[in-house]
Formats: sequence, C-alpha cells, structure tokens
Amino acid sequence: MRYIRPSSLEDAVGLLANASGKAAILAGGSDLLVRMKGGFIEPDVIIDIKAIDALGRIIENDDGFVIGAAVPCAVLGENTALRNAWPGVVEGARLIGSKQVQGRCTIVGNLCNASPAADSVPALVAAGARALVRGPAGSRTIAVETIPVGPGKTSLAPGEIIEAILLDKRQRHSGDAYQRFTPRTEMDIAVVSAAVNLTLNDQGVVEKARVALGAAAPTVLLVEEAADILVGSRVDDGALERLAEACSAACRPIDDKRGTVEFRKKVAGVLAKRVALTAYQRAGQK
Amino acid sequence: MDTALEDRFPTCPLSLTINGKPYTLDVHPWTTLLDLLRSDLELTGTKKGCDHGQCGACTVLIEGQRMNACLKLAVTLEGAAITTVEGLGTPEEMHPVQKAFVEHDAFQCGYCTPGQICSTIGLLNEGHASTREDIRELMSGNLCRCGAYTNIADAIEEVLADRASYREAAE
Repeated sequence: MRYIRPSSLEDAVGLLANASGKAAILAGGSDLLVRMKGGFIEPDVIIDIKAIDALGRIIENDDGFVIGAAVPCAVLGENTALRNAWPGVVEGARLIGSKQVQGRCTIVGNLCNASPAADSVPALVAAGARALVRGPAGSRTIAVETIPVGPGKTSLAPGEIIEAILLDKRQRHSGDAYQRFTPRTEMDIAVVSAAVNLTLNDQGVVEKARVALGAAAPTVLLVEEAADILVGSRVDDGALERLAEACSAACRPIDDKRGTVEFRKKVAGVLAKRVALTAYQRAGQK
Repeated sequence: MDTALEDRFPTCPLSLTINGKPYTLDVHPWTTLLDLLRSDLELTGTKKGCDHGQCGACTVLIEGQRMNACLKLAVTLEGAAITTVEGLGTPEEMHPVQKAFVEHDAFQCGYCTPGQICSTIGLLNEGHASTREDIRELMSGNLCRCGAYTNIADAIEEVLADRASYREAAE
C-alpha cells in the first residue's frame, strides 16, 4: 500500500486514472478507515486530497455555494451564510457520527460511501444539489441523486473524483429541513429519514417542492409524487396526510435489526410531515 | 522486518510533535495515529475502545482540535502537533480539566477518561458550550460504559464556570 498526497486536482485525477490496482480517495477517512479495518477494501494506493487547496473551501458566489470535497462537516455548521440559506443541508451534515467525526468527515464522502442511510444525502437531494465531477475525460455536473446506485455503489466512472457540491442561490421564501429516526439521540444510524425543501409565493402557497427519503430503499429516494402534493398547498393538515401516504407508499425498505418494513414505511410518513412543517415555517420567515 | 517484506510494504517518513516532543519516524501507510501512539511509542494513556470511531476513547488533540486517533492515518500528520493525556498535566500538577474530573469523581473504571478529558479540552477550544444541555450534546461522541455521565457533566460545568469567572475578573 502506498500513500500519496497530491497538491493539484489534475494530479489526483491522473493518479486515480493511472493507478495500478485499487485506488482509494482519502478526505476525512471516517468511512475509508472503517472499511479498511473491516477488510471490506484493501487499497493499493491511498490518494489524500486534503492538500488540494481548492477542495478545502466553501465559496459563495452569484450562483450559490460551492462546497469543496474536503470541507469537514463541522465547517459547514460554522458557515453562517450557508446555515441561513440551507439549514436542512447543514442539519443533515451535523448528524453524521460524533463531534470528533464531524471535524473530519465530508458530505462528498458521505455521498460516495453510498449508504442508503447517509444523513447528509436526503437533504442534498431535496435541495437539488449538484456534484461537480472531474475525470480523465474532463468535467461534468450531475444531480446528486444520480450518484448512489445501490448500497456502496456509485455511478462515477473509473478515475472520476467529485470536486465539489453545488447548491443554488437561495430564492426568497425558501426553506429546507431534515430529520431522522434513531432509537437513541446520538451516535446512531438512521432507521429512516426525510428531507423537504420548499419555495413559497408571496401568499404563502408552495410553488416548488422536493421531498427525499433516506434508509427507505437501496438508494436515497426522490419522491416526486410527494412533492406534487405539497405544490399549491399551504402545507395544511389535508396536504400533510396525503404527503405521509405518498411517502409511505414510495418506500421499498428492508427488514433488519434496526427496523421492520412496516415500521420504516409508517415512520417515513411521520417524518415527512414533520420536516415539511419545519421547512414551511423556515420558508415563511424569509 | 526482513528486506523482502520491507520492499513490498515500504514505510513513509514522518516528522511530528507529540506533547511538545519532536519525533522523526518511519510509518506504514496503514498505521493509525492510535496504533502509533500505543504500540510504537508506548504512549498508552490514549485508549483503544471500538477502533471504529464510535466510542471516543481514543480522542486526542491535533492542533487543539479533538479527533478520534483510530480514524486518523499517522502518515497524514506530517508537521502536526499532537497532545495526548500524557501531555496535559502530572499527578502533582494536574490540568484544570483533570482536577475537575477527580473532584467530581467523573469516572468509575477510568477507561474512557483520557478520551473524555481530551474531548472536554477540544470542546472548550471550540467555545460553543454554555449550558449543561450543550455539554451533553457536544460530549455525545464520548461513551462511558460505567454511566458516569452525570459526574462528567458536573466536572465540565465547573470548568466552564471557572473559565467564565476568570474571564470576568480579567476584564
């Protein structure tokens, strides 16, 4: 096993594309090291991307936010502008692991680990976040929900690296929220989770909505039929009931030690209602 | 290690500071900071609990920030300054956090304690805790199987209060 710490993205892409044997990217390492210790992955080369300056920054520009692939989740929480614009995204990022882990872990790592229960991914999907991907063939920008294709599997081609996550500039009257269910309050993995992102018109009617569920299927789900129910509503009781039904119906969860299919379906609906109300309140305040 | 093995698994040079003392080492790329501390340098104050980043027993300070040593590859720490529980105080002259833990009996078996103490110092450096609820939330990455949480929170509350009164006196 070799360890390499390139100082430019071009070098990192080159190393990844030309590596003989298995290459692994190291950012925070909170998933990679656990997978190595468990014997799930034995990389021949570890490419540490933390020395690449551009990947360690959060940039706010006219289009929104560019969050570098090596930015730790704790740093997202320290960024006031990001917290105000995308509170749901920050909420998800700050539920990963412990405070110690949050000092290291990244949302790009959380996304590429491709766990259906990843805490930051439902909020990113609801936010309509995009990933800026760099590879041997050049750059491309793709929707976050197209990246995980199954537990532990992504759609990235060999040699590709996610350079940054892009979040749009926040429109007026917009809000997002994320919640998960866990038996204990800390240091646990989501049994099921939900994120909602809303934009309202001046009358407080929902104009745009996105709804995402976590740990409810092999990948994080974007539930368009649930979003359609919220559009045109003021997130009243009737809309919330139909939202819950649509979310429960969209779930394709598994039975495991952390929850049954029946439980996950029910709780997905309950959480969707709760986060829809929080997102609606947040949107109304802006 | 014999030469053939050495060729197959080359080591990397690493210079860093631990508890104020400079070290120049050769480490394997897969060696974690925790294994470096405990097995290679015999600094066994830092404990190995789960070895998966879930229990916080191995928490150390890297440039003043708390981190799980089990999830950190040593090779990534070129030039870093690490503080472990051995670098905080002595039995005669304890660090204020160590003193508060002793005074409040904030442990039973003591295995999680070095991690709890380093995590507390990290929490103080971050500066986000002001209430007991904040302490419970921000210390949630350090598990105590004896269940000494009440006394741990008492100890940290006292250190926070002392810091506040010290700051007021200075102003």
